[in-house]
Amino acid sequence: MTVHTFTHLDALESESIHIMREVAAECKNPALLFSGGKDSIVMLRLAEKAFRPAKFPFPLVHIDTEHNFPEVIACRDKLAADLGERLIVRSLEDSIKRGSIVIKDLDKPRNPYQSVTLLETIAEFGFDACMGGARRDEEKARAKERIFSFRDEFGQWDPKNQRPELWDTYNTRVHNGENIRVFPISNWTEMDIWEYIGREKLHIPEIYYAHEREVIRRGGSVIPVSRLVQPKPGETVEVVSVRFRTVGDMTCTAPVESVARNVREIIEETATTRITERGATRMDDQTSEASMELRKKEGYF
Amino acid sequence: MSNAIQLLRFITAGSVDDGKSTLIGRLLHDSKSIFEDQLSAISKTSEKRGMVAVDLSLLTDGLQAEREQGITIDVAYRYFATPKRKFIIGDTPGHEQYTRNMVTAASTANLVVILVDARKGVLTQTRRHTYLASLVGVPHIVLAVNKMDMVEYSEDTFNAIVAEYRAFAAQLGIHDVTCIPISALNGDMVVEHGDNLSWYKGAPLLEFLENVVIDYDVNIADFRYPVQWVCRPQTNEYHDFRGYMGRIESGEIAVGDEITVLPSGRTSKVKEIVTYDGNLQRAYAPQSVTLTLEDEIDISRGDMFVKSSANPPIVEKEFEAMLCWLAEAPLDRNRKYIVKHTTRTAKCLFSRLGYRVDVNTLAHHETDKLGMNDIARVAIKVQQPLALDHYCKNRSTGSFIVIDEATNNTVAAGMIA
Repeated sequence: MTVHTFTHLDALESESIHIMREVAAECKNPALLFSGGKDSIVMLRLAEKAFRPAKFPFPLVHIDTEHNFPEVIACRDKLAADLGERLIVRSLEDSIKRGSIVIKDLDKPRNPYQSVTLLETIAEFGFDACMGGARRDEEKARAKERIFSFRDEFGQWDPKNQRPELWDTYNTRVHNGENIRVFPISNWTEMDIWEYIGREKLHIPEIYYAHEREVIRRGGSVIPVSRLVQPKPGETVEVVSVRFRTVGDMTCTAPVESVARNVREIIEETATTRITERGATRMDDQTSEASMELRKKEGYF
Repeated sequence: MSNAIQLLRFITAGSVDDGKSTLIGRLLHDSKSIFEDQLSAISKTSEKRGMVAVDLSLLTDGLQAEREQGITIDVAYRYFATPKRKFIIGDTPGHEQYTRNMVTAASTANLVVILVDARKGVLTQTRRHTYLASLVGVPHIVLAVNKMDMVEYSEDTFNAIVAEYRAFAAQLGIHDVTCIPISALNGDMVVEHGDNLSWYKGAPLLEFLENVVIDYDVNIADFRYPVQWVCRPQTNEYHDFRGYMGRIESGEIAVGDEITVLPSGRTSKVKEIVTYDGNLQRAYAPQSVTLTLEDEIDISRGDMFVKSSANPPIVEKEFEAMLCWLAEAPLDRNRKYIVKHTTRTAKCLFSRLGYRVDVNTLAHHETDKLGMNDIARVAIKVQQPLALDHYCKNRSTGSFIVIDEATNNTVAAGMIA
């Protein structure tokens, strides 16, 4: 009988593996949502740890807004191919063509519409569980969500009516047509993610590291110039050393000014930063105090 | 591994009036875990509500519904870190749903901070929180006597509360309690020692949280390994590979150890301990691993491996437990429910209700009903045998949840006793 000291990363990793195996064992037709962002890349490594030497007992699914950074999409495709796992991509464009999404301005942020395509994809494949890389430290509404988050037929989250979650004994049961969202890295923080990327030497899109980029300054935010965001009259384009803390819709994901060119330097910056991850980078979350809560109630993961 | 950063999960118990949210806000603020954008958001809200100083309790308010009503409706999880440890706080509200929420949050906690108001001392709710903490087997208890600033930081007041509390805790068999006088509002003895409580020689709350020994919080003696998933890659390279995947819930295992598979009772030896990072000679709780065995025996999810030598769990279809009812619809004794115990799920019936515990007085009452927030001793019959340990010996293999098949809701939490 020996006492073993388990580090926080070991504890978080083991918890996440345990959760993924429960999903594989108890859900009929699960999927893992994979965007090519850093959190979902950590999820892939955890899935490898959970299921190798076998293949994953679920496909990878990406709901593509077609507003993603090309570096992230390239990383998504390369990682899925390297692992030899099946990747299903469904695009908002398909929903727009079908008429289930009506967008006035095609260049505006598309996060609010992702839920529609996600629900259509869930129906198309009959998924009863979707694992996502959301973390509770990201946002107030996330902090109150269960690891196994039950959704009704409309994909809606009812924060006042959640199943109690005790010990590590997860209730995975759903009726036909309903599904659950599962968040295996609920208890990880932004810092844990970076420490794990460093420890596991994970390949992530280059735009997470400091690089020179053309940006414009708009209302306190630094906005990357892209095919979707061009300077308005009177705005000037600057070249600044920046990195992205999150990678989402190009029209509303702002980089932070940084010279951190590797994981160690990012960890140092993360330790001293005074702004939250989403506060610094997601303009759409700041629209109202409750924007994430409202989106989740509509079926967003 | 002495400088390894460990993870400590704790909860705070107390009502809004005890300054619970202020304490959490203070811990986050003084450990520099609050970001400028969060601080500016709550400053604006404090101003909007006409407050003079920034209200730190707003930091733990989550949902729109709560902000509108100024209440907390559910368990929320907060994260902060110091150079020594990472912390997860399970923040539970202090109103009528309390039993259900506290039992939920406490089920994964290493430690509970029970708050009392120094002006009011030990109240009924303090006793209730302490009973629930002991029922759910939280390994460490801290009594934080808050609002010491309101009693002129009086040592006598503190000592009187501590004496009364220790006497009560002893009745429940709790002897390991750490009592700390604090002022969450002014920050005395939370992160910094401060100047107002110089008569107190112990460590401030955060320092205690950083140093309390949690290595023994898991059972390190009895090997328990519920099989989660059988891995059969069926590729050329791994043609005959048959791995049993799971998490070691307690104890440890080494290559060559003899194991017994429950409930069948068949035995074999551990051939390999497989992980993504390479095979191991030895593994221990709470590692997630894959085991292969020397013999081909019929094993599936829901079976449990234990070491053949000592201290086996009992394998039973009928057992007694303490049950905390969590659902709005009361227990219906004519119906069958579903029990999930480790990785095994089985139909069950409640064959007998023993006594109900009044969580305020700890008195036992005869009962034939069980409603939300009730705690009772019950006898349960299950369709298939379960491999059970007493909850006080093993929180993983001594606990189960009850699911209502009609709604799929989790309706009760059980502890084998």
